[in-house]
Amino acid sequence: MSSIAVSISNLSFTYKGESQSCFDHLDLIIQQGERFGLFGPNGAGKTTLMNCMTGLLAPNQGSIRLLGHDVYQHKKSVNKLFGFVPQDFSFFQELTAAENLAFFGAWSGLHSSAIKKRTTELLEILGLADASDKQVQYFSGGMKRRVNLAIGVIHDPLVLFLDEPTVGVDVQTRHAIINYLKALNANGTTLIYTSHQLNEAEELCDNIALIDNGKIIAHNTLNQLLAEHKEEGLEGLFINLTGKAYRN
Amino acid sequence: MYKLWATIVKDLRILTRDKVGLTLMFIMPIVLAIVITAIQNSTFELVNANKVPLLLCNRDTGDASRQLVKAIEKIGMFDLKQVTVQATETEIVDRMHAKDALVAIIIPKHFSDKVNEKANSIASKALNSFGVRQDSLHQATDSLSPITLFYHPVLQQSFRSSIQGALRSALQIVENKQILKSLYFSLNEKELPGDFETEIVNNQVAINEVPISRNGSRNIPNATQHNIPAWTIFAMFFVVISLGSSVVREKLNGSFVRLKTLPTNYIVALVSKQITYLFVTLLQTIVIFSIGAWIFPSIGLPALNLPADGWGLLIVSVICGYCAVSYAICIGVFAQTQEQANGFGAVSIVLLAAIGGILVPSFAMPASFQGIMKLSPLHWCLEAYYGLFLEGGKLKDVVLNILPLLAITLIIQLATLYALKRKNLI
Repeated sequence: MSSIAVSISNLSFTYKGESQSCFDHLDLIIQQGERFGLFGPNGAGKTTLMNCMTGLLAPNQGSIRLLGHDVYQHKKSVNKLFGFVPQDFSFFQELTAAENLAFFGAWSGLHSSAIKKRTTELLEILGLADASDKQVQYFSGGMKRRVNLAIGVIHDPLVLFLDEPTVGVDVQTRHAIINYLKALNANGTTLIYTSHQLNEAEELCDNIALIDNGKIIAHNTLNQLLAEHKEEGLEGLFINLTGKAYRN
Repeated sequence: MYKLWATIVKDLRILTRDKVGLTLMFIMPIVLAIVITAIQNSTFELVNANKVPLLLCNRDTGDASRQLVKAIEKIGMFDLKQVTVQATETEIVDRMHAKDALVAIIIPKHFSDKVNEKANSIASKALNSFGVRQDSLHQATDSLSPITLFYHPVLQQSFRSSIQGALRSALQIVENKQILKSLYFSLNEKELPGDFETEIVNNQVAINEVPISRNGSRNIPNATQHNIPAWTIFAMFFVVISLGSSVVREKLNGSFVRLKTLPTNYIVALVSKQITYLFVTLLQTIVIFSIGAWIFPSIGLPALNLPADGWGLLIVSVICGYCAVSYAICIGVFAQTQEQANGFGAVSIVLLAAIGGILVPSFAMPASFQGIMKLSPLHWCLEAYYGLFLEGGKLKDVVLNILPLLAITLIIQLATLYALKRKNLI
């Protein structure tokens, strides 16, 4: 198996009807087992890049390979390899947590017995066991975030894409989610994470890429980037490289 | 297969927790069927069992007007209320405004004289033309003074026509009687014997009404037999509100983004919805037909007679339901928002129901709509059901209604697939 989790080569992407391209000839390599953080100001192209990596958007040019498979040519087999935790709550509010996991587990290719086992495990780990029979629409924001995460990992993916997985949650939930993600990574899951919570990113990520105006402006381990730019934290580094001007 | 099963279970769970959707799909059509059938049944009874209140002002003192009043009474359609000869038109109209009567008739002065004159004139002409007798012709000095018929504006055209027909028939009897009397008197120089008069005038040929039927049954169609199939079809197609918006909701909320990243084609979700909602439409037919057959008689409405061909009924129901579900999914796939799906879905179903003969019988449609009507899937559903329910037909008798319905369903499915491909959803 390739030791590269994601390989992006010569990627160009422009939204339909727009003249300005999001990326132009972008290259990026993410190794397996990394806790990779993708950061940038609003409109920098983080979500678009993540959508390209998960096959939700097709690039105009270039290729993206996930664990050696072309994301667009082998969509079905690639989709089994990764999990995705979108920023929005991506489940059915009318169903309970267990029912959501049963449905998404089936769509992830798991069979009934495996789904039952994983559902019990995940609800226990993420502190949702007591509320497993309650419709998700009656959950708190933090509980919904945990359900969102549980669905993304039900099939034990090798690569996990996380788009702002802790937005709007309390300290306890954030702490629990970050710890769980670290545990997943320790078991071999590659994390590809994007967020505006830079303190949290410092705690979670070991490798970082900063993206701005469709270009990767910095990519290295966090420590090396801080040393290189003589900054003490990610926030200072971020401002240093992307400036203080408002972004839309 | 397990993915499909899991998706069907998910859809059923969401459906059964959607109280508003369930109400729209089950309670609303049942209420509609009961209300419309009850109203149509009472309309039927208004004409056939109940009597239309009629004010009668007879300003004539002769025999013909008395005979006319008797003839009107004999029709049995009216609840006759005589008003005094002195009553003015304004008073009569005021009483009608007070809903004392829906119809009023004023028989003018000298009505009998004019009828007699006309009868004598016709009798003379007839005798002269037969060569029985050469006679100086009786000349009817004036044309007959018209009888004034006031009607309340709430009476629809069809009722007015029916009332006018009944009154004309009564007038005809009186006029014929006078002509007969006059002829008899001219030939025999004596009055027409009473029993002979009755025998000639009243011994009309009976009209034996026979509803046509393929299985030879003589069940007389009633409001239930017409309405239950029609409103069941309407209910089936009204799943567009629940199903169309369910498809849009799934497209718009985050779950769809996640579904697109999973190793399962979105077609599975649509097949699941087709199966789930086909089951819903069949449940609707079972519930509404059962209410028609067993509950209606207990609330004073005519019972629904189920067709003899049970398998035919099942197959027609499945095809109608599948067409309704396909239409709802198509609306959901094309719509960008739930408001679009609900608004367009509901309005389009009402329009398709109107041009399809659900709201107004297809034979009563203007000629320009007779062609457009064939584009409505509800029209073919209704024709197929009527073939079974009203004509006592079997499945083979309604094949020509099922084929266009299948063709329309296929076109809807192809349009859905095209939209899914175009939107990169499959």
